[in-house]
Amino acid sequence: MAEKTGVIYGINGPVIYMKDAVGFKMAEMVYVGHEKLVGEVISVSGNMTSVQVYEETGGLVPGETVVGTGAPLAITLGPGILNGIFDGIERPLDEIAKRSGKFIARGVSVNSLDVERKWDTKIKVKAGDHISGGTVIAETQETASILHRSMVPPDISDAVVLSVVPDGSYTVNDTIVRAELPDGSVRELALAQKWPIRVPRPTAKRLPASEPLVTGQRILDTLFPIARGGTAAIPGGFGTGKTMTQHSIAKFSNANVIIYIGCGERGNEMTEVLEDFSKLEDPQTGNKLMARTALIANTSNMPVAAREASIYTGITLAEYYRDMGYDVAIMADSTSRWAEALRELSGRMEEMPAEEGFPAYLASRLAAFYERAGQMKTLGGEVGSVSIIGAVSPQGGDFSEPVTMNTKRFVRCFWGLDKALAYARHYPAINWMESYSEYVRDLGPWYRDHVDRRFMEDRAEITAILSTEDKLMETVRLIGSDVLPDDQKLLLEIARVIRQGFLQQNAFHEEDRNVPLKKQFLMMETILYLYSRSKELIAAGHPMSVLMRESIFEKIIAIKYDVPNAKPELFDEYRKEIDAFCARVVERNG
Amino acid sequence: MSIEYLGLSQINGPLVVLEGVRGAAYDEIVEFTIDGNEKRLGRIIEDYEDKAVIQVFEGTDGMSLTNTHTVLTGRPMELAVSPEILGRTFDGIGRPIDGLGPVRAEARVNVNGLPLNPCRREYPRNYINTGFSAIDGLTTLIRGQKLPIFSGNGLPHNELAAQLVQQASLGSDSDEKFAVIFAAMGVKHDDAEYFRRTFEESGVSDHVTMFLNLANDPVVERLITPKVALTAAEFLAFEKGMHILVIMTDITSYCEAMREVSSSKGEIPSRKGYPGYLYSDLASLYERAGLVAGQKGSVTQIPILTMPNDDITHPIPDLTGYITEGQIVLDRALQSKGIYPPISVLPSLSRLMKDGIGEGYTREDHQAVANQLFSSYAKVADIRSLASVIGEDELSETDKKYLAFGNAFEQKFVGQTEAENRSVTETLDIGWKLLGILPKSELDRIDSKMLEKYYKGSRKSPGDAKR
Repeated sequence: MAEKTGVIYGINGPVIYMKDAVGFKMAEMVYVGHEKLVGEVISVSGNMTSVQVYEETGGLVPGETVVGTGAPLAITLGPGILNGIFDGIERPLDEIAKRSGKFIARGVSVNSLDVERKWDTKIKVKAGDHISGGTVIAETQETASILHRSMVPPDISDAVVLSVVPDGSYTVNDTIVRAELPDGSVRELALAQKWPIRVPRPTAKRLPASEPLVTGQRILDTLFPIARGGTAAIPGGFGTGKTMTQHSIAKFSNANVIIYIGCGERGNEMTEVLEDFSKLEDPQTGNKLMARTALIANTSNMPVAAREASIYTGITLAEYYRDMGYDVAIMADSTSRWAEALRELSGRMEEMPAEEGFPAYLASRLAAFYERAGQMKTLGGEVGSVSIIGAVSPQGGDFSEPVTMNTKRFVRCFWGLDKALAYARHYPAINWMESYSEYVRDLGPWYRDHVDRRFMEDRAEITAILSTEDKLMETVRLIGSDVLPDDQKLLLEIARVIRQGFLQQNAFHEEDRNVPLKKQFLMMETILYLYSRSKELIAAGHPMSVLMRESIFEKIIAIKYDVPNAKPELFDEYRKEIDAFCARVVERNG
Repeated sequence: MSIEYLGLSQINGPLVVLEGVRGAAYDEIVEFTIDGNEKRLGRIIEDYEDKAVIQVFEGTDGMSLTNTHTVLTGRPMELAVSPEILGRTFDGIGRPIDGLGPVRAEARVNVNGLPLNPCRREYPRNYINTGFSAIDGLTTLIRGQKLPIFSGNGLPHNELAAQLVQQASLGSDSDEKFAVIFAAMGVKHDDAEYFRRTFEESGVSDHVTMFLNLANDPVVERLITPKVALTAAEFLAFEKGMHILVIMTDITSYCEAMREVSSSKGEIPSRKGYPGYLYSDLASLYERAGLVAGQKGSVTQIPILTMPNDDITHPIPDLTGYITEGQIVLDRALQSKGIYPPISVLPSLSRLMKDGIGEGYTREDHQAVANQLFSSYAKVADIRSLASVIGEDELSETDKKYLAFGNAFEQKFVGQTEAENRSVTETLDIGWKLLGILPKSELDRIDSKMLEKYYKGSRKSPGDAKR
């Protein structure tokens, strides 16, 4: 195909204009200027074509050439993605560091994947086999945790394998399979393939949510669970713990693969993830966490157009691993920065703004992004899922701003972070009155079958206590708690036990940072047992002040630290202790 | 080779339009000559085939469409750097104004800087002892951090910053090479003078480089000042291995300058008239703090901003808080109670604190004490509002203890004298003493072993006697 070229007419920040450059396609990838900066066509009109450039545009001169590639912006998918850290358009940052040192220079041209590295490959097809999009052609052990399945690209169907190479060591670009397409042409397939980032990878069928993504975080797993293939938003002002919550989920959730997108956030945070995950063990496999993680780091001081692309790059990587049959979870921190990148580019293009300067297509872009999540039957016949957990950074911590409002429409879990809780260092600072999960109903049967049949009833009781507390607190705030009747005082005390002993979770405590569902359930049981026994005492006329003289409430709060995750049998002791406590109260109070 | 263009085709606020230019690069610096003698600098901010929009740093006063000659320099904005800049004073775009002549440049560096590669960063862990309990105990400053002070007009942020510089620099590791870069954007002359004098009195002024854009200096120059200062900081830190503390004041003026230029360009505003790229632009400053793996130097930033109308949700503090690693918030109510420094601890935060404290850094109980103080003090606010409704006498015994704790916390922990330089151990001991006012059962953030070791309850408290 003849290369399309154009000439730069004007430059305004990350956007450049070309005059009279016909023939460029929307979303086509282009190279700008003599440094060959990567860009993408974002608008085409009769006499003006606009391109967003994924690198700093300083130093570009009108008159320099722009070369079209004829293809949309695509990334390379193949072994070597995991354990890597990439920028917003999948350029590996450690390779960039080798070329340009501690600072990221412009126009560094590097391959997304290491093209020299040889992978031990097992070929899974033979000559004469019929293959279609999704058929696994080869397997390589990508990291200790993940077996990488190279698949036939989704655009091929009903091809016949002409020849294959023997098992052995191959690079990502070596031809391993030659296949004849129905039209008679021959395609050469390698371990790696390319895919345009803005197009969802096709699947066979969308499946309903049936299993939770277990995060090890009590307030999430018990009160507001997210399904595998589900979507969740974590909105919160600065300092409320969005990033900490995402780190915890990335560390402890039972997904197979984690794609962590640092979109317009802090450089030090990405460094922290990189350092931590290289040291910490994956609770599922015992390997290092980085063995199941890929990081996309487009920090806030990196070019804004690449920030817009980073979200799509991340989800494309996720879909690729889903197609292999893995459960993938995406942490997008933060989708607000992505929305702001849209706004910035939209402003440079002088588009008519909608709310607060955001473009009118904000909602549809958000919807398109979150709809790429889901539990799917893949083309290869496996079941895989992509779950999206997106942080939202509302301006001024106000949830009524456009990004939070629109995100809320397209996600099914809403984990609202609360400044007051964060100020009191109640972490995770998820407000249990404002948050919700629409998956509770879908996942109920799973919890009943896999944890305990009473799980959902206990959960309902806990929520009921918390919401009654919320109402009572209105009174308490006006007249103090002394005037309340004893049964309400008891409820407040139990609610305190739930808040401090159950909802609060210490991300730095060895035992408490990741809690199995079984222990979560037993903790609920124990708290509720204490509640029902104490209620009997109050009903029998024992005053609350006598109950409070005992340290049992503190003891139950401390369960999260005192009972190791591996020793659920200790809960029996607590039950006995509650009984002993009741006996003592009765004895002492006559 | 350089062509001189005669005249301009349009002047609009701080921006001029030059038509008929050829080969101008985006972001290039141009030099104007006005009436044949006065020289000014400008930067190309929009660039088309035959015309360029140029932002004039010194402002456009006195420029006309006919009296101006323009030359393209062919270079982006650069700063001449060398270790000699220590002890010197420059204007907002890096020209010496102390009468000591030009700096012999060791290198010329593009002031826009480049993003630091996240995989070459080192995660900051080394804490800096500032001598303030409220900072060391609760929002610990870490070397390589960016920790802004959110203040308001009339609050003592300058005093706090100046004392911080003195105490941090003269800490235990004063043998390491330490220097301060001070960038003033639109600050009052008296404030700049206050800093200069304090640095001089404390004997650090030969380690201080000042970049001054005062309140009556050109507005557009302000947009370059922090970039120039950070370029100098990066050079000293990463090329010369020094520990650099950058104080930037006042970020609010910087943002307002940005808004002014943006509206002259006719850009679509987002919130409160600020341009949509305010976040990206602030990030390009703040993200220049940090450490590089395997190298000695560091850049620590303390940006100071005055919250318009003390509103923390205003776009400037809001976006800043999303980029920086925490914030120190000053509070007018504490100030009026006569507490110095008036640090409002609840909204203050240091994100890097968790990894730089505890055993091996400060003391094993640090995190627990900090959590407990935060949590208990948060409760004080609730009880105070309850007391204002039902009266203090009606409060329960525990609640009364909380009130006593709250007052003592503000006076003894947060409050200290202007010369007091506390060690972390002192700070933590004060913390435990204050927690002693509360009954042991209220201390839910500290695990039992730590309580056993450090808790000393006040003996006469009736709640404990019953146990």
